[in-house]
Formats: sequence, structure tokens, C-alpha cells
Amino acid sequence: MNRHLLSAADLDRAEAVAVLDVSEEMAATQRREIKKLPTLRGRTVVNLFFEDSTRTRTSFEAAAKRLSADVINFSAKGSSVSKGESLKDTALTLEAMGADAVVVRHWASGAPHRLAHAGWTRGSVVNAGDGTHEHPTQALLDAYTIRRHLRPAGGAGQGGTGQDLEGVRVTIVGDVLHSRVARSNVLLLHTLGAEVTLVAPPTLLPVGVEAWPCRVTNDLDAALADGAPDAVMMLRVQRERMESAGGGYFPSAREYTRRYGLGRSRLALLPGHTIVMHPGPMNRGLEISADAADSPRSTIVEQVGNGVAVRMAVLYLLLAGDGTTTTTSTGGPS
Amino acid sequence: MSSTLVTGARVLGGEPTDLLLTDGRIAAVGPGLSAEGAEVVDATGLVALPGLVDLHTHLREPGREDAETVETGTQAAARGGFTAVFAMANTFPVADTAGVVEQVKRLGDEAGWAEVRPVGAVTVGLAGRQLAELGAMADSAAGVRVFSDDGHCVSDAVLMRRALEYVKAFDGVIAQHAQEPRLTEDAQMNEGTVSAVLGLRGWPSVAEEAVIARDVLLADHVGSRLHVCHVSTAGSVEILRWAKARGVQVTAEVTPHHLLLTDELARSYDPVYKVNPPLRTQADVEAVREGLADGTIDIVATDHAPHPLEDKDCEWAAAAMGMTGLETALSVVQHAMVDTGLLTWAQVADRMSAAPARIGRLAGQGEPLAPGSAANLVLVDPAARWTVDPAQMATSGRNSPFRGMDLPGRVVATVLRGRPTVLDSHLVRSTP
Repeated sequence: MNRHLLSAADLDRAEAVAVLDVSEEMAATQRREIKKLPTLRGRTVVNLFFEDSTRTRTSFEAAAKRLSADVINFSAKGSSVSKGESLKDTALTLEAMGADAVVVRHWASGAPHRLAHAGWTRGSVVNAGDGTHEHPTQALLDAYTIRRHLRPAGGAGQGGTGQDLEGVRVTIVGDVLHSRVARSNVLLLHTLGAEVTLVAPPTLLPVGVEAWPCRVTNDLDAALADGAPDAVMMLRVQRERMESAGGGYFPSAREYTRRYGLGRSRLALLPGHTIVMHPGPMNRGLEISADAADSPRSTIVEQVGNGVAVRMAVLYLLLAGDGTTTTTSTGGPS
Repeated sequence: MSSTLVTGARVLGGEPTDLLLTDGRIAAVGPGLSAEGAEVVDATGLVALPGLVDLHTHLREPGREDAETVETGTQAAARGGFTAVFAMANTFPVADTAGVVEQVKRLGDEAGWAEVRPVGAVTVGLAGRQLAELGAMADSAAGVRVFSDDGHCVSDAVLMRRALEYVKAFDGVIAQHAQEPRLTEDAQMNEGTVSAVLGLRGWPSVAEEAVIARDVLLADHVGSRLHVCHVSTAGSVEILRWAKARGVQVTAEVTPHHLLLTDELARSYDPVYKVNPPLRTQADVEAVREGLADGTIDIVATDHAPHPLEDKDCEWAAAAMGMTGLETALSVVQHAMVDTGLLTWAQVADRMSAAPARIGRLAGQGEPLAPGSAANLVLVDPAARWTVDPAQMATSGRNSPFRGMDLPGRVVATVLRGRPTVLDSHLVRSTP
């Protein structure tokens, strides 16, 4: 693994499988009574959040703490360009505090990339979601969830250990244009061998999407009925997209739900084994109905739990795997 | 009487010859000249061009002296081989009155490194609502002939029509920053495959092309002169080609960076590559090169846009748009156009000196290197190579997208009205 995790494209297939395998081991430790591992004792992980996200911050915080790292939560909120301290000064401050890893969530696409490459900090940088760019740990936890369900107890071991996602069909539905989750998932799932199909109204697909390693369609019913997906991932649609510049990306919430929502009738189109995913937080009744969200197919709550294991794996591989901790007791995960 | 004898220069890349400059004018051109007491500049191996004229420079003063001053900006101009620059109007206060344009002109005269011609704002405060007092600026001591809201598009069709019509009274020209504002709200980079991957909001080509299409039709309708700033797309070149074939009085410029760089550079998320209009695709680069070669695009203009470090040392979305360009322009043009066989040195002289002076109605600049012309010239060593280092530049801006690049062509000397401003590639303060 590289020194940073900025994009899902940073991982090749072997590295991605390795992250999922270590996640599996981490998950096993989380089923023990004592969940804490001494692996990152003495290391400092900073959660640097320029944008509110209690879910993601809490997940990273739990992951770092269960590896015995010291965790500093640094909230540098300021949603506009003019407010607050600059990214550079914040980074220099964290560097002075001795951050070994900086987990960064930022409203600006590319901010983690800048943090990693501008020479402001020496620590590892983990992208915890940047603007409308990427959210690689979300993609990893999604891939992990898919593997557990679709590659169960495979030849190599529990939860599909050692396996990729060759041939798995994943359909991602919704606001692809603004979604960092979609970008990271397309890249990572493709790397793992899955066949990805994006479904969205044309207004919510970026110009240039045709160059992505996936199929793109505007017809959800056809994608579900004919595509026979193994996993359907619904993306969050922000209601304000209806009123934004240019008269909105779609005419009304009702029309969006009718054309792109996952409700009872579309649920019935799915093969029996198909799982239903959502990165959260959900807009129940908009992109996903309660029937779908709460159905036995739904992995939505499980995804949250898997997030901790995957983030433990990422922090472990970035920090403990660098060979600089040999003098301290690192203690492997298993 | 002061004289300078330039020996062995290849005028417009031709055979070596001598030029005798006396009292600010070219006195003689020919081999084997001699002059008693003249300062001799050995130009063996150097190409001589008329002093370059930049129709699009941001000198930032008054108001943003932290980014650049007229002094440092014109020093950069001299280092780049320019003897005249047109200073854009987006200063603080905006150059929308006779008082401000006269101030900028005076600052240029006092600095003495290059002739400074202020560009006047088209609308009050660049706000796009009401015409500025264009006539007052034209009649002022600054003698403004080029008007532009650069940085902002005059997007209101009626206002643009009135501006085009109004400046005919004093032979002015409207230099349009072609950018449909609604299509580019919060736009960060060229819209295409790269923006899709990077998650940066797109600035589509159509937002430039739609305005150019409208404006050439407007200029045709009212019989006015239109100049299009920083053309960046293949589609824009096609529209301009069509308009020129139709006889529309339209001229256009391309920047050095749009002749060389593409949106692939945004993958670094380094805001040094953030500019407006944005860097486009390789196909666009090839189209603007072809347009410049065949005359569809008339001139190269730098859009030199210095910014203080802190405005670039940040997240892409938070960064200012713009790049410095005065000290790299000629090298980039040599690299992209001359060394590729697309332009001769004589054509470079047209695109970077004669044509911009003509569009800006600037007498005494862009004249041929012939007896009687004003003694404005640049000597460039086309065989030299250099590595771009912003720290070594005269401009206060460090935001050069060419930093670290190995480029051909070095400006060895610049002469402004007979007085060298640059000798041996260094600024010189010579007395008249």
C-alpha cells in the first residue's frame, strides 16, 4: 500500500484484496470480548474534518482507538472559502503536533491530495471524503460487504478471504454527478473485477462519464430486470438538487422517486440473492422506500459496522505496515 | 544625441545585419554599419523582432500591490521582450474613469520599463449593468482605445450591443471575456473526462463558444470592431474562422498557456494550473495553434495574472484563477509554434507585435524594423535553453505553470524607444 490513501485508484487488485482480507481479520477481533489491539500504541491519528460528518468521523475514531492509537479530533469547520484557517496552516499545526496519520474530510475536491503532496505534513493522509471527488474507505467497506455476502465461506476462508469480485454485477443508482461514493466505487469495484452499471437521470451524470470503466444507463427498471444485479447500491439524493442553479437537476422529488427510487415493485424485480446497499444517510421515501431499506436484503446497517473494520485495516496497513514500529510492541491483528 | 549600434542581428530570423538606433528611432538597417561613439550591442546569432506588445496584462495596480505593481509588472514585460503592455481594468478601484486610467498611464510612464496603455472597463465597476464613461477615458491623457470587463463577461446582449456601437465614435474596440455566466457558476476546470474523474465542477466549451457566436453576429449587425480575449476551444476557432470569412471585424487572441498546456495538469490539484478560461484538451491546443498559424487567431496575448502566494497555496476550489506569463511568452511561442514549424519569426513579429499594436491603435509600437520606425525591439537567442524558475523572475507573482520546464529561446536584450531596458538578459536602468 502507498503511504497515502487518496483515491480508490491508488489500490491495485492485490492491494485491494489485501485490505479486504485484513478487514476480515479486524472484524474477527471485534467479535471478541476485548476489542482493543495494541497495534498502533504511541501513534497519533488526527481526524481533520472541514465538513460535518458524525458517521464517518465516529467510524474512523472507533477504528483508531481500537488499534490503541491516540486520536485527536480537529474540527476545522468553515464551509466557505473565506472562513477559517487555511488548509496549509491547519496542516502545519497538525505536523507540529506530530500526526502520524491525518484522516481528512473536506468540502473541496482534491484537498487530501493537496495535503499529501504540498509538503505541509509528513504523515499519511487518508481521504475520508473530498467534495464531489472520492471516498475510498466507503468503497472499501462496500466491497467488503459485497464480498461477505456474495463470496461467503469461499474456498480460501471466511468472508471470501483472498478473493476478488470477478464477475459480480453491481448497479449504482442516483446522483452520480455529485457523488464521491460513486466515483470511488466505480474505480475500486472495477479493479476487483466487478461489472458496474450506473443508473441516473442524464442531468445527474457528469460529462465525461463515458470514459469510466462501467456501463451507464438512464433506465432503472431495465437495469434491474435485465441486468440481474448481485448488489444494488442506492445513492443519497439531496433535496436541494431540485432547486439549484439552472432550474434543478430533476423536476420534483415525486418524479425522481417514480423513475429512480427503489420501492416495493422494483424490489420484486431483483433476483433472490441480490443485496440492497446505501452509504447513508438515507432519504427514506426519496431514493429508497422503507420496504427496501428494512428488507432482509438490506445491508445498510451492516455496512456501518463493516466501516470500522475496514478503517482499522486501512490505518493498520498505512501505519503499522511501514516497518518503522519494529522497536515497539506492535502485535498483529490476529 | 544618443546612438546604439546593434551588430549581426538576424532581423525576423533573416540574414545577419546591423541596426543603428539614434534618438529613439531606427536610423539605418544594413550590413557593416558603423557609428562614432555609439554603444555597440553584439547581436551575433540573435533574432531581432520589433518590441513585443501585450494586449492583455494584469498589472494589478492600483489596489492589489501585494500581487504586482506597475513597476514589477513592466520589469517582467521588459524581461520578456515587451515594449508595450495593455493593463487590464480589473484593479481596485476599477479602471472605469478617466482618473484611474490616467493614474495607470502615469505609473507606467514613471516606471519607464515599457509603454503602459490602460484598458478601460466597459461597464461601471465591471458590474455589467451600465456603460462606464468610455468617451471620457478615450479623450483622457491615457487615450484609451481598448475596453474590456475582462474577468467578467459583458453577458447582457443589449449592453454588449451598445458598447460595440458606442466605441465606434473614437475607433475603440470591445475586448470580450467570453464566458456565459450561468453555464459556468462555480466552474473550476474544463468540463470533460478529467473533470468527471476529479470531481471538479466543469467549465464547458460551449460557455465560451456561445458568447463568441453571439458577439460576432452582433458586431456584424452594428458594423463594429470586436476583439475576443483568450480563445481556448476548437469550437471558438471554428466560429471565428466562419466570422472572418463573412467579413466580420473580429480579432482574437490566444494565451501562451492555451498553446501548450492541457487539463490533464489539473490531476495534480495544484492551483498553479487553475486559470480562466481553463486549460482545455490536446485537441483544443492543436486547434488554437492551427488558428494562430492561419491567422484566424490574430495575436498572442499573455493574460499575465500574478497572484500572491497565499492565493495559490490552498485547495483548488479556494484558489485564485490566473497565471503569470510575460517572462515566458516568447519562449512558449517559440516552443509551440516556431520550433514546430507552424510560424516563422516574421509571423511571430506579426502575432506578438504588429497585430496587437494595430488592434489597440497604439502608434509607435509594432512597427517594422526599418529606418524611420520607433526603436522598439527585442533580441532573442533562439538556440538558448533555460529552465523556468519563478523565483528568478521580475514579476511578483510566483504562479507560473511553466515552472521547472525546459524552454527554448532567451530574451537577451529589449530596447524601448532606443534605450535598452534589458541587456545580457538583465534589467538595465539606462538614462535617456
